[in-house]
Amino acid sequence: MTAYIIRRILVAVPTLVILIVLCFFLMQVAPGGPFTSERPLPPQVLANIEARYGLDQPLWKQMWDYLVGIVTRFDFGPSFAYRDRDVNDIIAHGFPITLTYGLISFVVATLAGMGIGVAAAIRHNTWLDYIAVGATFSAQALPNFVMAPILVIVFTWQLGWLPGGGWNGGQWQYLVMPVIALSTSYVASITRIMRSSMLETLNSSFIRTARAKGLPEHKVIWRHAMKPAMLPVVSYLGPTFVAMITGSVVIDVYFSTGGIGRAYVDSALNRDYAVMLGVTILYGGLTVLFNLLVDVAYAWLDPKIRY
Amino acid sequence: MKSTPRFLAAMLLGATATTGSAFAAGTHPVTGEALAEQQVFTYRVLDEHSSVDPQVVEDVSGSDIVRDLFEGLMNQDAQGRLVPGTATGYTVSDDRLTYTFSLRDDAKWSNGDPVVAGDFVYAWKRAVSPELASPYSWFMELMSIENAARIIAGDVPVDELGVSAPDDRTLVVSLSQPLPYFPQMVTHATTFPVNPAAVEAHGADWTKPENIVSNGAYVLTEHIPNERSVRERNPMYWDAENVILERTVALVINDENTALTRWLAGELDRTEVPAGQFPRLQKEFPGEAISFPRLCNYYYTFNLSESGPETFKDVRVRKALALAVDRKIITENILAGGQIEAFTFTPAATADFEVPDVEIASMSQAERDAMAKTLLAEAGYGPDNPLKFEMIYNTSESHKKIAVAMSQMWKQKLGVETTLANMEWKTFLEVRANQGFELARGAWCGDYNEASTFLDLLTSPSAYNDGKYSNAMVDEMMTLAKTADDTQAIYTKVEQEIADDVPIIPIYHYAGVYMLDSDVGGWPVNNIEQNWYSKDLYKIAE
Repeated sequence: MTAYIIRRILVAVPTLVILIVLCFFLMQVAPGGPFTSERPLPPQVLANIEARYGLDQPLWKQMWDYLVGIVTRFDFGPSFAYRDRDVNDIIAHGFPITLTYGLISFVVATLAGMGIGVAAAIRHNTWLDYIAVGATFSAQALPNFVMAPILVIVFTWQLGWLPGGGWNGGQWQYLVMPVIALSTSYVASITRIMRSSMLETLNSSFIRTARAKGLPEHKVIWRHAMKPAMLPVVSYLGPTFVAMITGSVVIDVYFSTGGIGRAYVDSALNRDYAVMLGVTILYGGLTVLFNLLVDVAYAWLDPKIRY
Repeated sequence: MKSTPRFLAAMLLGATATTGSAFAAGTHPVTGEALAEQQVFTYRVLDEHSSVDPQVVEDVSGSDIVRDLFEGLMNQDAQGRLVPGTATGYTVSDDRLTYTFSLRDDAKWSNGDPVVAGDFVYAWKRAVSPELASPYSWFMELMSIENAARIIAGDVPVDELGVSAPDDRTLVVSLSQPLPYFPQMVTHATTFPVNPAAVEAHGADWTKPENIVSNGAYVLTEHIPNERSVRERNPMYWDAENVILERTVALVINDENTALTRWLAGELDRTEVPAGQFPRLQKEFPGEAISFPRLCNYYYTFNLSESGPETFKDVRVRKALALAVDRKIITENILAGGQIEAFTFTPAATADFEVPDVEIASMSQAERDAMAKTLLAEAGYGPDNPLKFEMIYNTSESHKKIAVAMSQMWKQKLGVETTLANMEWKTFLEVRANQGFELARGAWCGDYNEASTFLDLLTSPSAYNDGKYSNAMVDEMMTLAKTADDTQAIYTKVEQEIADDVPIIPIYHYAGVYMLDSDVGGWPVNNIEQNWYSKDLYKIAE
């Protein structure tokens, strides 16, 4: 197992380097640059600005300096759009915010989704199952960019219970709507996966055996059915976790949370190269890490899997 | 040394708390209105501002903050007229090449240091220095300050800039050519002073709330990127006793509909009205939904360069297309926010400018359509040989609606077949600046309140002339206007020439469309550049 994990980490390094190089050159291919504006800058002014940021150097040199900066100083470069902030500042500000509402949403979505899914499977073809399935479909049909403004209309304007946006250091009042908006569709997906997987497991032969030897139903479910039924959910949770903690531009736009999702999209639109690269590396690193964690979790859940 | 700024900040906050506002819960000294207990103004901004460094800031929302934090030589009043700022006034030499500003002696930085003429010299040199590489250094060039262009180009050292401080209270500016609107330009953020010690001590971080030293009516007390920035009354400001508003809060809200909901919930005092919603809101909130003319225009430009389509080189085709656009439908049905139909380039609200009479403006739409049909037929286009071209615009709901409406008008009235192409902003700019288009959307907001800020766009040397329109008469006239006493006659001729030659299709002139709480007093609706100062605002008791 340890050897497997080390091997996976070693493979991750070239993966990230390829990601950086690809992203670096793809960015350059996109039309326009960080200083393209409606009022085209006089050539000399543009030259001065490009010299300031080293953009007048050949591409390979820029690439090299960038990598050296990361490795030697953990410096991901300056932001071209905001002079008083660099990439490290932007990530250090936005990522904890996203991590906070992402983690909470993840926990909410996982607990609610698995709970409802298991309950619906145990009470298969009862009113509870029908309600769960119906609610799941509606929740999935309601995208969060529709839901977010509706939440603001209801809770801020009509009821006056919650602030309409902002972060305020992560006070709970500011977290409620982002968490609801972000977790709802995940609750629906997890419920569906959990329910069908549990149904399938409950129909398998080893469960029949467990029941036949007279085990009480709760023991059958928790001891025997739960672990195998969770496998598909876990493989879904890995990428979901990364998606949730790396941010949602919709949440950031509608609730002005100031998270990293919006900063990432902005950096692409502004051609803020270093910010775009920095966040891509962060996302790439997290994706690699959580894929690894999922694989390890698999081994724990399913004794058939060995590395 | 390191603890000094924090200590100072604490002192300042203490001072604010103890002095308070003399006006809270009193009455306004001029209007006599009862003032609210809480003097806080909260408004929505679309995006995070670029910077609050006067020499670096390049966006409108950043400039709004900078105008509160720093005070330039001159300010604008509610009508947009020049009033004294840090300078009490200025004199100009007979050859109109030298301006001498006298600085008031009670102006102070927020750390208590006096504001001296040298601070302006430092800031102006900073603006043009290749080392700072300001994206707005071109503004100093536009101001015709002696040697500005050569310094930016790196040909002469920064110290050669035509600005000097013979003593602490006198600032002398030398121009390379007379510029009638020069005094208006010193209300622009790029020309505001900075505190040399603060800049030198903290580098790019000097604009952070814990480091910043400013001379305006407010100090920056909080900045959370992508969330909000807060500025509070500066007790060191020379006119602090007449400042009523205690605090101004800018909230970043990307989505304008959510912003409107939050305005309805009472979280905001000011927000923008989304396109098309003004009539409904005006009925529901009379007096709070407001619309006023802005110094911006909206147009489409023909590509008249080598790479442009041959058909557009025929003036009859250009004119037919311009005539067939029913502007009324666009301003009244699509935008519906008090925008003004445009047949000429420069907005009517521009200072010292009267919109000249042009033929197209005085015709009825039916007459325009008939004339368009005739012209297009004369140019050789008809049902068997329809005119075809592509029009591009940057991705946006309202640009799309307008483009669709225009192409429908052309299709129905003239049988023209247009292809619509929307592009992401930077791609669009790149394509347009390199003449990779046939017909492209354009819009321009004045850099200063004078017609040349618009009309210069259509001269051949202008870098912003994306259609590469070139007309010797226009070029000559606009050069003449730089030094002329009576510019109106010149601008009339230029506008008429453009109306005849149709290098662009003017569509409408912008309106500022806001929801503004009725308890906000002093909003300068008549300042067409919308240069507002928190120090002139106040909250009325409800």
